[in-house]
Formats: sequence, structure tokens, C-alpha cells
Amino acid sequence: MSVLERETDGVIMTPQNIRTRRLPLVVNVIVAVVAIGLAAAVVFGFGIGNWVLVAVLGLVFYLVGLLIVAGRVEGGRAARDRMWKALIYTACILAVLPLASVVWTLVSKGTQRLDANFFSSSMNNIGARDPNGGAYHAIVGTVEQVGIATLLAVPLGVLGAIYLVEYGRGRFALTVRFFVDVMTGIPSIVAGLFILAFWVLIVSPWFNNGQPRYSGFAAALALTVLMLPTIVRSTEEMLRLVPGPLREGSYALGVPQWKTIVKIVLPTALPGIVTGIMLAVARAAGETAPVLLVAGGAAAINFDPFAGNQSSLSLFVFQQAGDASKYAPARAWTAAMTLVALVLILTIAAKLLARRNALTR
Amino acid sequence: MAKRIEAHDVSSYYGSFKAIDSISMTVEPKSITALIGPSGCGKSTFLRSINRMHEVLPGARIEGRLTIDDQNIYDPDVDVTAVRRMIGMVFQRPNPFPTMSIYENVIAGLKLNGVRKKTVLDEAAEKTLRSANLWDEVKDRLDRPGAGLSGGQQQRLCIARTIAVEPQVVLMDEPCSALDPISTLAIEDLMFQLKDRFTIIIVTHNMQQAARVSDRTGFFSIDKTGDPGRLIEYDDTQKIFSNPKQKKTEDYITGRFG
Repeated sequence: MSVLERETDGVIMTPQNIRTRRLPLVVNVIVAVVAIGLAAAVVFGFGIGNWVLVAVLGLVFYLVGLLIVAGRVEGGRAARDRMWKALIYTACILAVLPLASVVWTLVSKGTQRLDANFFSSSMNNIGARDPNGGAYHAIVGTVEQVGIATLLAVPLGVLGAIYLVEYGRGRFALTVRFFVDVMTGIPSIVAGLFILAFWVLIVSPWFNNGQPRYSGFAAALALTVLMLPTIVRSTEEMLRLVPGPLREGSYALGVPQWKTIVKIVLPTALPGIVTGIMLAVARAAGETAPVLLVAGGAAAINFDPFAGNQSSLSLFVFQQAGDASKYAPARAWTAAMTLVALVLILTIAAKLLARRNALTR
Repeated sequence: MAKRIEAHDVSSYYGSFKAIDSISMTVEPKSITALIGPSGCGKSTFLRSINRMHEVLPGARIEGRLTIDDQNIYDPDVDVTAVRRMIGMVFQRPNPFPTMSIYENVIAGLKLNGVRKKTVLDEAAEKTLRSANLWDEVKDRLDRPGAGLSGGQQQRLCIARTIAVEPQVVLMDEPCSALDPISTLAIEDLMFQLKDRFTIIIVTHNMQQAARVSDRTGFFSIDKTGDPGRLIEYDDTQKIFSNPKQKKTEDYITGRFG
């Protein structure tokens, strides 16, 4: 007996015998059917639950059954491999299920108000008994606020990350990195309060004859605070992934450091940086609290982000979902779907743009 | 074109660790000089000191004088990018820029240093690819990614990229260690051709290669781990490999250590 011979009888693998019997994939299906049947029998037989418990118990029986059946025929290692594979696939499906469910719910409920009126009118003068009314003002608000926030946060964040990776040495860089980490954990309501106290109450009176005022720009500032750490951290990680020899190859050609960063390092990291930016944009587009706090929300269309109340899609969803009107829920669903679609389209567009620059053919 | 390099008591440090100790040597123009020696003996560090690539690493610094035709490249008023333009470098692993095509890789040095004219760039690309013995293999796919070539082709692409900026000196840090014998031969042939125009210094672990390609050979060694590397012997390649003066050199090239 060699030290490696520890499998069950009949499937011993030795240096002389490297083959084992293999089960066909159909066995997985048979085991699954038996496991579900057994789970159903147990659950309904004892009357201890409904189909949810059947599914959960069925899964447990399936994994255990797989381990036993495969262990008998294929040996321990192959059986464990089979069980873990099944578990991983299950986890994958479980992770995608909520997403599929969200998309399905949004599409099924959101199409009710998917009409031209929804995208061309605001909630101005819409009472509880009016079936129409739309989210035009909210779309304008979201696009302007997220747009301004992106314009502010992307240069700041990317330049900050470049500093941390390419130039930052010593105590100051460590401090910056620490505070970026702290910023990541700021709840959106706190960012909103900060902008309310700082911008709306202290700075905005300077521009408005001493009167504080809400604005979409204030909301954009709050969103910037939220986007900044995400962009800095993700860009930093991506820049660190760019291999050192690539930078040295460029230096060795007599290319200055700044040009190496702009022409070699950034293009190499671009797809990853864009992904990070889009995550930040998606998060900002979904924020409700800061907009409520510093833009105030509005029922009418306001194109000017620097003066007067503005709404946003997420705020619109929040308000419509809590509204007593029987027409409000449909508006909320459609607005939610619009928000998701907007972020999705932006993400796809950004990815396509980032890819066209790289040489992927 | 090619220039003489003189090192006077050059010592390099990584933080407080002294990697090489008082290296002095003279490299004649239009020659190939090989640096050999065991791993960790400071050959690469010395090589990287010649084009001021050593200082890219955090905490790295240099003492001593290193002159190129009597100009000390470590004088405080020297522009480091000008030094590197004059002294090109080929690395151990081929490092073509992944976002660029073969054509863009070759002319990267020119373009990033401000050359705009398409005709000049096209001409330079063909000329350098030809002198790198790569033109025939890639002329039909100049717009394909440089990273899609084989290892040997990538290394020749990197050599082409280096000589495209017309340096005076080309440093090679184990350029063939990741390549098969056929690609190695291609690069050695290339070195012989480039010798007419450039001063070449090559670090190699392959002693046959040093004997084949170089005019002069420097043998580096360390006494024990943690000690700085020293230049033990520097002489004509012929002499180093047939009749070395130092016992240590003889032990190393015949495969007996210590």
C-alpha cells in the first residue's frame, strides 16, 4: 500500500492504476429528481412547510445524495469535486435570480405607463385624481445632477488616483489613502447633510442676495462626494495592475513621466477605470436622500441646475411610491424602469467606447 | 553616433542596501560588452545605472561618476529624459505596449517625443523593422497588436522600438533569457549588425552567448549574500574565456564555484 492509496475499494488509484469509473451527467439529474421527491415527501408528509422548504431541503438532499452516489462509484475525490461543482453552480443561479426577478418585476409593472406622455410631461398641476403626469422633470434632474457630478468627480478622482499610484510617497499619500477609505463609508444622507450645511446654508446665499437656496448643483456636489472615493479606489487598483516594465519601457525611450502616464499607463488601464466610473455613476443615479435634502424635489420642470428646486428619478420613485393616488404606483414603476434603463444604456455605451480604443480584434 | 562610457567608482543603493560597490570600467564605442556573473551580483543594477533607470525604483540612489563622452549623466542639471533618449534599453521580458499595434509600438518613442509627420514615421518604422530583421515577418500586419507576436518577435519589436529613437548606446538586460535558441540566434545576429552603429552592453547568464557576441567581458561577483557586487575582472572576451587573471573568474566560467 502506498501512502496515496486511500480511496474506497474498487476505485483505488495507484501509480499502476490511474483510471476510475466515471458517472454520466444524467446521474446528476436522477439524483436531483430523487432528492426533490424525497424533500417533497418529507415536507408535505409531516406538514412542516411549503414549496420553499422543499426547494431548500431538496438542494441539501441533492448535494448529500450526489456525494454518496458518486463516492460509491467514482471515489472520494471525484465525488467531492462533483458536489462542490453542483454547489457552485447553484450559488451562481441563486446570485442571478434576484437580478432576474428585479428586471422581470420592473418590466412587467413598468410598461403600464410607458407612453409618450410620461416622458414629455412633469407632475406640475397633477392632482390625486389625474391619471396622467410624467417624469420629464425628474429625468432632466437626474441627467443634470449625475452629469455635473460625473464632470466633477471623474477628473478629481482619476487625478487623485494617479497621484497615489505614480507620485505619492510617504505620509501625505498614506493620509490621502486613509481618508479616501473613510469617505467610502460615508452614508449618502451624511453627504447630503454636509452639502446642506456647507453649500446650501453658507455658500449659496452669496450668490442669491443672502438667501439660501436649493439647487440641482448642490445635489450634484453631494453626489460628487459619494462618487469620489469609488472612482479613486477603483482607478488606483487599475493603475497598480499596469505592469512596471511597461512604464520602464516607456522611460527607456526618453519619454517623460507625465507622457508615460497619459499615453501608456492610462490607455492600458482604461477599460477597468471606465468600469469603476460607471459603478460610481450607477450608485449616484440611485441616491435619493441627498437630492431630497439639498435639491428639495419639485413637481415642475427646472432646466437650471444652479437655481431652484429640482427632482430626480430616484426621488420621483420615492415620492410616487408613497403617494396616496391610485395612479402613483404605476408612475413609480415606470420611473424605476427608466432609471435602470438609463444606467444600463450609459454603462453599455461607456464600455463600447473604452473598447474601441483598445486593440481588441 | 556611438559613444564611450566611463564609470568611475559607481556604487548603487536600494535604500540602505548597497547593491554594487565602486565599479569602474570603460566601454569603447561601437563594441559589444557582456556583463556576466551569478544572480544578485549587481550586473542588472549597474546596467540600469547607466541610463538612470535605477532611480525609478523608490529609495534607489547612486554614488560616483558615470560619463558619456566626458559628460557626467548624474550632474544635477542633466535632463534624465535626454539621457534615456541617448541610451536605450531592452528588457529581460519583451514589453510591447499592449494598447498599441506593431506599427505604433515601433514609432512610440518618436511619437511620444513629438515627431508628428506621417512620412517620417512611416519611413522610420520600415527602416527600424528592417534593421531588427522583423520587417518581412510583420509587414502585412502592422496594424495588429504588438502583444500578439511570438516571444522572439516581441523582443525584436522591442529592440526596433529602442533603436527607432536612434540612441548612441543600447543596453540589453538578459534579452534572450525568455527566448528559444532560434529566437536567441536571431537576436545575436541582430546585435552583430547593430554593432556598427551603437555601443552595446548586454547582461547575460549564458556564457556561450557572452563568448559568441561580445568584444569585452566584465565578470561581476559577490563574496556572500548581502554583500555588494564587485567587478572582479574586465578584459577582452577572448582572454576572459581562455586565460582569466583571477581565480574567481576561472572558477565561474568553468562551472566551479566558491
